[in-house]
Amino acid sequence: MLKILKYSIYDLLRSRWSYVYFIFYLLIGFVLLFLNNDINKAVITLMNIIIVLTPLIGTIFGVMYYYNSKEFTELLLAQPIKRNKIFMGQYIGISLSLTLSLVLGLGIPFVLYGLFRSTAIFDFSLLILVGSFLNFIFVALAYNIALSTENKIKGFGYAILMWLFLAVIYDGLFMISLMLFNEYPLDNFSLIATMFNPIDLSRILILLKLDISALLGYTGAVFKDFFGTNKGFFLSFLVLCLWIIIPLFRMSRKLRKKDF
Amino acid sequence: MEKYSINVIPNNSESSRKRMTSLPIRQTVNLISIFILLFSISLQAQTKTIEVCSSCKVKTIKEGVTLAKNGDTILVKKGIYKETQIFINKTIHLIGEDYPIIDAENKTDSVFAIKADNFSISGFKFKNIGISYTKEIAAVFVSHSNNFTIKDNILEDVFYGFIIQRSKYGVIQNNKIIGQAKSEASSGNGVHVWKCEKLRIEQNTISGMRDGIYLEFVNNSFVSNNTSKGNIRYGLHFMFSNNNEYHHNEFKNNGAGVAVMFSKFIKMHHNTFHYNWGTASYGLLLKEINDAEIHDNVFEQNTTGINIDGCNRINYKNNHFIRNGWALKFTGGCYTNIFEFNNFMHNAFDLSYNSRLNDNKFEANYWSEYTGYDIDKNGIGDVPFRPVKLFSYIVNKTPETLVLLRSLFVEIINFSEKVSPIFTPDNLMDVKPLMKPINPLD
Repeated sequence: MLKILKYSIYDLLRSRWSYVYFIFYLLIGFVLLFLNNDINKAVITLMNIIIVLTPLIGTIFGVMYYYNSKEFTELLLAQPIKRNKIFMGQYIGISLSLTLSLVLGLGIPFVLYGLFRSTAIFDFSLLILVGSFLNFIFVALAYNIALSTENKIKGFGYAILMWLFLAVIYDGLFMISLMLFNEYPLDNFSLIATMFNPIDLSRILILLKLDISALLGYTGAVFKDFFGTNKGFFLSFLVLCLWIIIPLFRMSRKLRKKDF
Repeated sequence: MEKYSINVIPNNSESSRKRMTSLPIRQTVNLISIFILLFSISLQAQTKTIEVCSSCKVKTIKEGVTLAKNGDTILVKKGIYKETQIFINKTIHLIGEDYPIIDAENKTDSVFAIKADNFSISGFKFKNIGISYTKEIAAVFVSHSNNFTIKDNILEDVFYGFIIQRSKYGVIQNNKIIGQAKSEASSGNGVHVWKCEKLRIEQNTISGMRDGIYLEFVNNSFVSNNTSKGNIRYGLHFMFSNNNEYHHNEFKNNGAGVAVMFSKFIKMHHNTFHYNWGTASYGLLLKEINDAEIHDNVFEQNTTGINIDGCNRINYKNNHFIRNGWALKFTGGCYTNIFEFNNFMHNAFDLSYNSRLNDNKFEANYWSEYTGYDIDKNGIGDVPFRPVKLFSYIVNKTPETLVLLRSLFVEIINFSEKVSPIFTPDNLMDVKPLMKPINPLD
């Protein structure tokens, strides 16, 4: 597995896409900090970018890589290597290289602008951590979709739809249900509904760490009571882990039965 | 040591008054002024100064007060005086030299209880006023008094700082009040004024109390140049007080900011409201306020800049709203308010509005979120700006939806509402949005 992982990382590092991705983040980081020199404020703006773009890029990258390297994967499958190992190697390879681009791309400008001397270091690390989680989650989801669909176009379509659902439509449904059931106590409902969407969960996790959380009012207080404690914090990271583990589990089951 | 001076001019008011009636008016006026002058000289000349210190003849302030007559000065030298319940009912001037400390040792009694005209207290340091749940205990408790001055005092760990009741023409100036308030029930207000008129409260610094300055049934008074910060409830609190003016004050880090309630004709200008940040905080809370003027204030980083509840005919001009959660939040019916030449910069929500009916005028403000253009380059945007976002409308209906703050979905619906407004009030818009901020702050 390590060999395959190494191979996919080298492969990705050679392809220009991970550089494009890296430079994209680097540019965003520098432009943000150039426009407002305040690291604290830049972290807030960055949150919007990470929460929307990281999943999107992870999804597209995952699907693209699967379909692109399909022929080579089939060649590998002919060798006496376990299927699981081949795909796990590829999966970790993509996720790691994406995470590397994210961490370096955003890390370099922020460190240059004096991150270590700023109070925002904790918020920033949380942001990067959450971003990395989102990378792993969405690549896993994308791989699942790609494995289940032979047709390239369909695969892309489903992947984008999945991103659209989690990033936008889910929140719409969430909002509508909150408005419809206005008369009922909705604190626990909103807590649970947040858990079921990794993007929402990440957003809330970061929001609560920023002082903008005072705007959230009563529900915010309920959320803070939950996520603010160590227990809640670990639980939410556990949920994020589950968001990685469950798709991977499904992937390995799918692999066993799949006829290549 | 006691200084006695001699009465130089005899006080013969009876005979002069008789003479006056027969003279023409101008001469009468002249005579009266001369008479007042002479009388005041004679009064001054009569007074004496009583010194109080541990090695003096008079050792306690209470003793000094008992000895003093109207118009006398009591000079208290440096030292620690463990005294409470000093009753004053005559015109005396209490002056502390090098801040003598009056330690109330947490007894549940006020230090000074005063019912007199023309008195003054200055230069003392009060400490450890006890907490009571049944009595109002203050460092200085003034009632039924006119023309008094309380200035240059330092108050530490006090329950109430100053309580002023049913008094007129008082000046409370340059005092420093520091409390250690822990909860609203077990703490008092820095300056607590009830049923007074024509007071001046200025240049005080108040922190760590329940309310910094509390005014109830106080009319025609001025509150200026004070700093009120870190109080657990309001920095300044008006109740049922009309025709007052407060300006050049700073309100910072208070539990809920400043509250102005049930009052008319109040002028608020050149104040700074900042960092009143918390789930139930405001910069300024206006409740049932009519005919007020609010101009040249700065609202920075408050959860809600101004919470406007049932307020009519208020002019808002030249205010700066910077990085607040909500710049303006309307609750309850508000009519004929005018917002002109204000800056709204980088607030999470510029405006939250509770009904579809709008009778308020927003014109020529600067909105940092404005994305319109100005083809004729006259500094006024050619497209109207709608300050109410759809999300803020939804949040108003269902506060729980706030958990979706900064979600991509929210940005999308805000954008679509901006393009074609359906839910937000049609006429709630700034038809002449400014392209550049007014008097930009540094």
